[in-house]
Amino acid sequence: MSKYYLNYLDELESEAIYILREVWAQFQNPVILFSGGKDSIVVTHLAKKAFYPAKIPFALMHVDTGHNFPETIQFRDQLIEEFGVQLIVGSVQESIDKGRVAEERGKNATRNALQITTLLDAIEDNKIDCAIGGGRRDEEKARAKERFFSHRDDFGQWDPKNQRPELWNILNGKHFEGEHFRAFPISNWTEMDVWNYILRENISIPSLYFAHDREVVWRNNSWIPVSEYLKLEEGETIHKKKIRFRTLGDITITGGIESDADTLEKIVMEVSAMKQTERGNRSDDKRSETSMEDRKRQGYF
Amino acid sequence: MTIDNNQLLRFTTAGSVDDGKSTLIGRLLYDSKSIFEDQLEAVSNTSKRKGHEGVDLALFTDGLKDEREQGITIDVAYRYFTTPKRKFIIADTPGHIQYTRNMVTGASTANAALILIDARNGVIEQTKRHTFIASLLQIPHVIVCVNKMDLVDYSEKVYEDIISQFEEFSSKLYVKDIRFLPISALNGDNVVNRSEHMPWFQGAPLLHTLEHIHISSDLNKIDARFPVQTVLRPQREGFIDYRGYAGRVASGIFRPGDDVTVLPSGFTSKVKTIDTFEDSLEEAYAPMSISMTLEDDIDISRGDMIVKTNNQPEPIQEFDAMLCWLNNLPARARAKYTILHTSNEQKAMINEVVYKIDINTYNRDEEDKELKMNDIARIKVRTTRPLMIDEYRDNRITGSFVLIDDATHETVAAGMIL
Repeated sequence: MSKYYLNYLDELESEAIYILREVWAQFQNPVILFSGGKDSIVVTHLAKKAFYPAKIPFALMHVDTGHNFPETIQFRDQLIEEFGVQLIVGSVQESIDKGRVAEERGKNATRNALQITTLLDAIEDNKIDCAIGGGRRDEEKARAKERFFSHRDDFGQWDPKNQRPELWNILNGKHFEGEHFRAFPISNWTEMDVWNYILRENISIPSLYFAHDREVVWRNNSWIPVSEYLKLEEGETIHKKKIRFRTLGDITITGGIESDADTLEKIVMEVSAMKQTERGNRSDDKRSETSMEDRKRQGYF
Repeated sequence: MTIDNNQLLRFTTAGSVDDGKSTLIGRLLYDSKSIFEDQLEAVSNTSKRKGHEGVDLALFTDGLKDEREQGITIDVAYRYFTTPKRKFIIADTPGHIQYTRNMVTGASTANAALILIDARNGVIEQTKRHTFIASLLQIPHVIVCVNKMDLVDYSEKVYEDIISQFEEFSSKLYVKDIRFLPISALNGDNVVNRSEHMPWFQGAPLLHTLEHIHISSDLNKIDARFPVQTVLRPQREGFIDYRGYAGRVASGIFRPGDDVTVLPSGFTSKVKTIDTFEDSLEEAYAPMSISMTLEDDIDISRGDMIVKTNNQPEPIQEFDAMLCWLNNLPARARAKYTILHTSNEQKAMINEVVYKIDINTYNRDEEDKELKMNDIARIKVRTTRPLMIDEYRDNRITGSFVLIDDATHETVAAGMIL
């Protein structure tokens, strides 16, 4: 007699597939927000499974800050080709050129906050009614209250105090024209679950996640990669280190950690022994205690 | 790593700040080593700024800005931790009366409920409220934690008296499995580690209990129900004629060859294959997401339900339900709402409010017919077309529904079919 229960990874996978199918059934023009990071890669993999033997019915949308790791873009283009899906790019550089946003100034300037405008413009221009993200509730305290189906008003804003209650597995994606939804199929996954799943499913991920030799500088308690956008400050020197990245964002703000983990197995071992959260190396979250919540209210991922 | 067969347990916590609920969750996370250094550092800094001595464990679970300012939790927040035995999802909800809707939300998917009682106060209104919600939402396991035992000298008598009080009032409710534990969240007694202060208590600590509760039987394995979410028609080479019904098994077990009926049309067929990306399966059970093909070409679409021919739900347009009102706008008499039941969407009308129930006293009020935010009532519903329903007590998926206000598109009520 077989066991009639699922292990936790199978249950999380089944839940995510259920949510992706609900998105497809309830919305006219949904897309997957694709950053090139492991979470959006896992969501894309889940979409492949959810609709098999049909192909992924969503386009991938990438908000391109222009400050990318070259490896991320290369990976993105390969994936698009492999799955035969459409790619929509929202360009922050274009938003700047059009005068929609102005580049931040000062020492810690980044394009992180500028993405919000580009994202919302791309959603509006392409008449997207649901943007599927790889956000997880364990990432950050503001995300801990996100719904699977998260409503955005016609300014693209999130109102954490006025969220629709979500009961059982019933998802309400009803909306008026101009409003849209964000859907988070892997809400209930932790960083560890994502890595265990990547290992189990043997999902390919950008080489940046594996330990490699790279030129870096020590800033804000992590190793920031040297790139054409990095301005050295006084007292900073370039080191060559064996590092890997736990999350992938802009090349200007994503810090690496020193590591020898050059296989998926070693990464899983390393992550399970980690003493810092993965966003601990993201300077965008360190600006203030509520920086994520403030950005999310405005329409951030 | 031996992660392979670990199960997922979802539990809900209800309680107010005073019960030490946040402290208990903080203690579970802290003692099970689920807190990261940077989180600990952030919480230590906040604790210092607020003038607390040591680390305020409660701060690990306080979420959004407004709440930190008010010092209360106002919504459902989800927390995660893993032990070598299980993965846990905590739906952390506030315990105040005005947040019934959040407790109901958190309870709807829970395998277990933790109910906290302050040992100094014993059973209070809030305890009754939380237990009522656990029973209404049919949470399979209820764990009553008598907290702050350190403040009553770890007295066995105090603990036993509280259990008696609890059993007395809860005898009117239907809860499948209740257990009791004396704990001190602040000092860690019987949370992760066994207490040295209460040798009279023979039971296992809370974490051990959570790790070992038998949850495989919580899902209905008898009544085979498969609500169709969408139809997969790949129309590409190798799959030209493939027509798969995609969905998540709500309950029961399906196997290829089973005689099935499609509702509401009533057409019959046999299960041909049960497919996933990897494999065709010998059997599928809840909560698996699959694609099912049938031997016959039948017109099936979203909202239909595939069931075993020898065990069918009742297609029905009028039924009774317990309803929790979730919206600031009260229910409008005789108004039409959109009803979502599994993947089926229809219009529905509340024909009658039979009685409202006071969740603190369990008294019924047959006079007041107005449904306001956080009210719980027995109602009579009528839908424009038949729904394929089971009683909520037998089936949490096919026995539940929500109502949506077409004017705002908000989810305004949650219902459990009687």
